[in-house]
Amino acid sequence: MKGSTLELVKVTKRYGQTTAVDAIDLKVEGGAYCCLLGPSGCGKSTTLRMIAGHEAVTDGDVLLGPHNVTDLPPAQRGTAMMFQSYALFPHLTCVDNVAFSLKMRGIDKETRRAKAMELLDLVAMTPYAERLPAQLSGGQQQRVALARALITEPQILLLDEPLSALDPFLRIKMRAELKRLQKELGITFVHVTHGQDEAMALADLVVVMNQGIIEQAGTPREVFNAPRTAFVARFMGGHNVIDVPQGQIAVRADRLSLTPLEGATALVGSAMPAVVRDVEYQGSFVQVGLEAGQANELAAQISEAAFDAMPLQPGDRVAVSWVEADAHRLSTVA
Amino acid sequence: MREGRSASFYWLAAFFVAFVLFLYGPMIAIVLLSFQGPTGGMTFPMNGVSLHWFGKLWSGGGIVDIKSAFSRSLQLGLVVMALTVVLSTLAGLAFRKKFFGQNLLFYVTVASLIVPSIVTSLGIALQFRIFDDAIKAYAPAFISDEWTTGMGLFSSALGAHLTWTLPFGLLIMFAIFNRFDGRFEEAARDLGATPWQTFRHVVLPIILPSLVGVGLFGFTLSWDEIARSSQTIGEKNTLPLELQALTTTVTTPEIYALGTVTTGVSFLVIGIALASILLLRARQAKQGSDAGKGML
Repeated sequence: MKGSTLELVKVTKRYGQTTAVDAIDLKVEGGAYCCLLGPSGCGKSTTLRMIAGHEAVTDGDVLLGPHNVTDLPPAQRGTAMMFQSYALFPHLTCVDNVAFSLKMRGIDKETRRAKAMELLDLVAMTPYAERLPAQLSGGQQQRVALARALITEPQILLLDEPLSALDPFLRIKMRAELKRLQKELGITFVHVTHGQDEAMALADLVVVMNQGIIEQAGTPREVFNAPRTAFVARFMGGHNVIDVPQGQIAVRADRLSLTPLEGATALVGSAMPAVVRDVEYQGSFVQVGLEAGQANELAAQISEAAFDAMPLQPGDRVAVSWVEADAHRLSTVA
Repeated sequence: MREGRSASFYWLAAFFVAFVLFLYGPMIAIVLLSFQGPTGGMTFPMNGVSLHWFGKLWSGGGIVDIKSAFSRSLQLGLVVMALTVVLSTLAGLAFRKKFFGQNLLFYVTVASLIVPSIVTSLGIALQFRIFDDAIKAYAPAFISDEWTTGMGLFSSALGAHLTWTLPFGLLIMFAIFNRFDGRFEEAARDLGATPWQTFRHVVLPIILPSLVGVGLFGFTLSWDEIARSSQTIGEKNTLPLELQALTTTVTTPEIYALGTVTTGVSFLVIGIALASILLLRARQAKQGSDAGKGML
């Protein structure tokens, strides 16, 4: 199994008058882990389903390696999909679920069961081969669903919110497992999620989508450190979007510094006055909520030690400042 | 608030007991009376306890040909059951897609439940009579000379029963497919299954338990149907029609014995079905379960 490059060229999906996905271009290198990230209704799932072939493309092309697969049925594309809440066939045991695609191809029982057991071994589910899906925990179901998708030897694995059905603790464990498996197999993963922490932890390429368009695509560091639009800055979290005379800028919450304003001390440079609204202890840092003038709400993250050196109470007046290098200009259009 | 039952609990419990008595009282009375002694009558008190009336039923004396009426009802019931399952499934699948005249077809089908059964029955009988007249008048001699009627168990009676079972079958299929998760079909397609393979290996096995329900329902509706059968049955009667006739002519507990036997057969069928489900479940449960464990 070797991952192929995935390329979307002006891919569009329209339902009647509404445009779900608006002429997006995207290139995912072979063997990369790509996360489509965005709020619900942003078009990320529709995009995934168009790549899988479960949704017809209104306009544009889907290229997989050297082939244009836009008009091919799902099973002939070299993609495999892992569905949200897995869609394991409830009447089949784990091994029969995994062997399903081989059975459809008319491969004899011995061979397909042997192959299915290999895949179950890959995801450490061999002891559960004869169980029904209803007898498995969420994490076990996910492993079986992975094995079932991988048995078709896909070049690209498409995952639709694979972790959303799991408890928070398990989610972190399973995402590490997904990443390890992807590295091991070397195939391309395209993973849809609305959790930015999930995308940051997993992806080589984060694609932030909103209202049917791609707002920004890049490595997690690029997207987090240099958001291109206000939407990306807000959605990725940990950022303040601030109106300045030159337009809008984004500054990371942990790069804001606060100094007490007593009496009529003059403000220096780009610093702005603010009033402390709330103080939340978060363990490794202290989150300070601030009100800076007209509807400008800011959040600053201050290390515990720095906060202890300069404790703040709600109602205190402070000056908020940042280093020029930490301010990122935001473009108004994506 | 103190612990313990409130007054409404006792009122509701009393109401529930009355309901259960009303539901099962008649059946219990008939079962008891079927064990009347040889000199016993149609009502309480019991005049001794015996299997006399069962013996009489078995030997076949007295009552008209119950056995062949039983067999006719069974055959008709099975054919109705099979047709109901097949046609309802196909209709259920069709109604999952949008097609022209969908709503009209649905209302026409369900209207058959609203029209009084006896009217439907009369209509079907009339239709067959017109058909018979037409055959006699216009068909070539070698057909019309021999022709008596098109009415019979597997023509008019079968049709009459289907007007009763198909609307129910369709409504049940709606409920089944409402709950059916379309992602199973997508997953099958993703794994390379053709539409037929998807139906055969995914959809059918998942809805099969419900289809058994549709089948049993169809059979039961046909098995005790009287009004729709009454005008359309032709010359040979089904079991319910025979029993209805017997209630006016038979004056011994033999008819109760017949009731007990048929009820016993029903319980036996249900018992076997339940036992095999429990057996299958127990066998699968041996594999253990981690369902609902959030940390695995």
